[in-house]
Amino acid sequence: MRQVSSQTIAEAVKAAAIKANYELGQDVIQALEEGLKTEESPVGRDILTRLIENARIAREERIPICQDTGVAVIFAEVGQEVSITGGDFRTALEEGVRQGYQEGYLRKSVCHPFTRKNTGDNTPIIVHLDLVPGETLKIWVVPKGGGSENMSRLFMLPPSAGWSGVKERVVETVAEAGPNPCPPTIVGVGIGGNFEQSAIMAKKSLLRPLGTANPDPELMDMETELYDAIQKTGVGPQGLGGRVTSLAVHILMMPCHIASLPLAVNIQCHASRHEEILL
Amino acid sequence: MDDVIQLKTPLTVADVDALRAGDRVAISGHVYTARDAAHRRLIELIEAGKKLPIPLEGQVIYYVGPSPAPPGKVIGAAGPTTSYRMDPYTPTLLRLGLKAMIGKGKRNEEVRQAMITYKAVYLAAIGGAGALMARAVKEARVVAYEDLGPEAIRELRVEALPVIVVNDTLGNDLYQEGQKKYAIT
Repeated sequence: MRQVSSQTIAEAVKAAAIKANYELGQDVIQALEEGLKTEESPVGRDILTRLIENARIAREERIPICQDTGVAVIFAEVGQEVSITGGDFRTALEEGVRQGYQEGYLRKSVCHPFTRKNTGDNTPIIVHLDLVPGETLKIWVVPKGGGSENMSRLFMLPPSAGWSGVKERVVETVAEAGPNPCPPTIVGVGIGGNFEQSAIMAKKSLLRPLGTANPDPELMDMETELYDAIQKTGVGPQGLGGRVTSLAVHILMMPCHIASLPLAVNIQCHASRHEEILL
Repeated sequence: MDDVIQLKTPLTVADVDALRAGDRVAISGHVYTARDAAHRRLIELIEAGKKLPIPLEGQVIYYVGPSPAPPGKVIGAAGPTTSYRMDPYTPTLLRLGLKAMIGKGKRNEEVRQAMITYKAVYLAAIGGAGALMARAVKEARVVAYEDLGPEAIRELRVEALPVIVVNDTLGNDLYQEGQKKYAIT
């Protein structure tokens, strides 16, 4: 068994939470620059220019890209040959988030559902854990903002809805969300599985860097078709009208029950933040 | 693009009446921050007939919950939050003299009607440009509800805060018009 200390994990998560919020990934910046080439609306072009400028200011001045530094979502692939020492895994992840949000001057955005009292340290976190072969530990720290999360949807479609039904619902979700989730967005789509698995796939699809092709050719074609349909809505940057409504559509799909066609659409704002840790 | 209109707070009816959906505006002066929880408290005070911790007449509310100010800065990132969550509270504030709201995202029919009735405008700031928007904030102090943390009401002194008019006093809506203009059917 390979040993990894809980302290190492906490420190890595802390650094990743801060970095994710201060430094917009090059893949996103590149996608915004690409968008600038195709955007026809003057207001839209102005917005894309300012978003690129915003990312530069955040990186240089060490402040968050967006004040909504999100709920800390963590995807982890734990090699089954890894033994975590000096404390449990979840506590280590949570401690990393707690310290990162405190020391990085990140906003604490977690509260009680009804009293709305803030928990004060951005915990609890949301963890999606996979046990995998091997002796490495892979962790993605994904701060997720509320504005785009609120515009996400889950549909339990009848199998007869088929691909055309799926396509219609995805485009309708993006069009109805309009300006609310801070377009240009990245649209994460989970098809199949079951109720919760479709939502997890939709979120997980957002981890794939922008500009990289879906390894599955069938899904790649579906992504292109959805992307083209979404751009036709005219929502545009910040919903003020334009050609660039989304930067990308990402799909994950798996088989489902013979009675079902689950579909989840997880909308991600242009401040798509994710940091990968390999231990 | 047209020139940027410079406005200084507090705003008059004439100030907002002259604005049209699509105008670019730079706001200077004092604005108040308030989002979900602060709105709820303001409305509770109004319903109880009590005095509010901030003035409303001619004022501007910015829907923002900034991130904490790092050492040496007056504020952290400070971009807009989604506005529809404040819709249930907004007509009451407009009736009491609020002249402009800064946020992002669509408003409901009631709020749009109230903007026509009470002469007020809705302005969009760029969502997700929190670092850029923070540059326009020169001073920030908590004036109410400190216990709400990021949701406390702050008085911000801003210089040339960049916004765009979405809803004007005539009932125009830039979101509807803009999307229609670029939609391919």
